[in-house]
Amino acid sequence: MAASHATVDELPGAHSDDIPGTYIFDGKLAAKGYALNKMCYSFNDAANRAEFVRDEDAYCDKFGLSEEQRDAVRRRDVLALLAAGGNVYYLAKFLGIFGLGVQDLGAQQTGMTLEAFKAKLEAAAH
Amino acid sequence: MARLVGGICTSHIPAIGNAIARGLEDDAYWRPFFAGYPPVRAWLERTRPDAAVVVYNDHGLNFFLDNLPTFAIGAAREYQNADEGWGLPTLPPYPGDPELSWHVIESLVADEFDVATCQEMRVDHAFTVPQALLWGHARVVKTVPVAVNTVQHPLPTPARCYKLGRALGRAIASYPRDLRVVVIATGGLSHQLDGERAGFINKEFDLMCLEKIVSDPEALTRYSIRELVRLAGTQGVEVIMWLVMRGAMSARVRELHRHYHIPVSNTAAGLLLLENAA
Repeated sequence: MAASHATVDELPGAHSDDIPGTYIFDGKLAAKGYALNKMCYSFNDAANRAEFVRDEDAYCDKFGLSEEQRDAVRRRDVLALLAAGGNVYYLAKFLGIFGLGVQDLGAQQTGMTLEAFKAKLEAAAH
Repeated sequence: MARLVGGICTSHIPAIGNAIARGLEDDAYWRPFFAGYPPVRAWLERTRPDAAVVVYNDHGLNFFLDNLPTFAIGAAREYQNADEGWGLPTLPPYPGDPELSWHVIESLVADEFDVATCQEMRVDHAFTVPQALLWGHARVVKTVPVAVNTVQHPLPTPARCYKLGRALGRAIASYPRDLRVVVIATGGLSHQLDGERAGFINKEFDLMCLEKIVSDPEALTRYSIRELVRLAGTQGVEVIMWLVMRGAMSARVRELHRHYHIPVSNTAAGLLLLENAA
C-alpha cells in the first residue's frame, strides 16, 4: 500500500541542526514517514480507529510500516515516531486514540510531568 | 462592487472549540482568553459582512501527503467539518459562495497565483474554531476557504504569502457584486508541538509581530521560514496566514482591537481587528 520512495539518504538534510529539539518535516522526513503518516491520516475515520484497536499489528501490516515505525507505534513514543518520519499533525490522530492531547505529547517529549509542562507554558506569560 | 470591510487575525487552537462546546468561557483558565473577543463580535454586529474569506492551514484532515497543494481554494456550496480523529463535535455545515470562490480563483490565477481548486473540501478546526469565536453556531456569512500548506516543508515564504494577500485584495475589489467581505486569518502565534523544544513560546517575538502586522508588515516578509521556526516555533510559522490577511488590506490600516494571552493549551493566542485607513 505504501509507495516506494528514494532512499532517505539521497535526499537533502531534514533535521534542523541549528534549532535544538526541532524537526523540520521536509521531503526527507515526509518520504521516510509516508507509510506511518498514511496510517495516522486514516484515523480521521472512526471506523479505522476501531479497526486499529482491534488488531494493531494487522493494521500496521496493511500500511506497510517499517520495523522502526512499528516499534515507535507500539511504544506510543512521540520522539521515536518523529524520528521515524511521523508528522505531528497525523501523529496527533494516532495518539488521540489513547486520549493523549498535545499537552500530554509536550510533557512526554520534554520528559516533564504534565503539571510541570503546563507550568512551563504559564511561565512564558511573564 | 465588493468591498473589504476589515481583517481579523485569530489563533485557532482546537481546545477553544472544546471549551465553547462545554460552556467554559467563564472558567478561570479560559476567561482571560475569551475576554478578548466581545469587541470583535460587536464590530461584526455593526459591520455585518456578507462573506468571509478564511485563510487557514489544514492539519491533515482534507489534505494528505499524496497530494499536498501549497495554496488551495474551496469552491463548494458548503463545507463540513469532521472529528479529526479526536472525536470533535460535528458541526452544521458552513455555507460557501461558489461564485465568489471562482471569481477569486480566476483573479488569482490571472495574477500568477496558480492555486489548487477544491469542489469538495473538509474544513478542520483552523477554519471552524475562529468562526465559533466570532459567530457561535450562527451561519451568517458565506465563506471562501483558502488553505495554506504548513504541514510539509518547503512552506510558502512570508513574502509569498504577503503577495498572495495583495492579489486576494485585488480579487475582492474586482468582484462585481455589492458584497461586504471580511478576511479572517487563523493560526499562531508562537507555539511548538513537536520535538524536545515542545512548549516553546516567544512573547517578545509575538508582541513584535502584532505591532509589525499593523504598521510595517513588510518587515515580517523578510524572515525566512526557518527563521520563523526558530523564533516562533514549528507551528508558530502559522503567522504566514496573518501576512495573507494583511496583504489583502490597504497599505495603511487602523487597528481597532488587539488581544494577546499566554497560554491556551501550548499556544500564545493572538487577536487583531483591522480596517483599511481612508
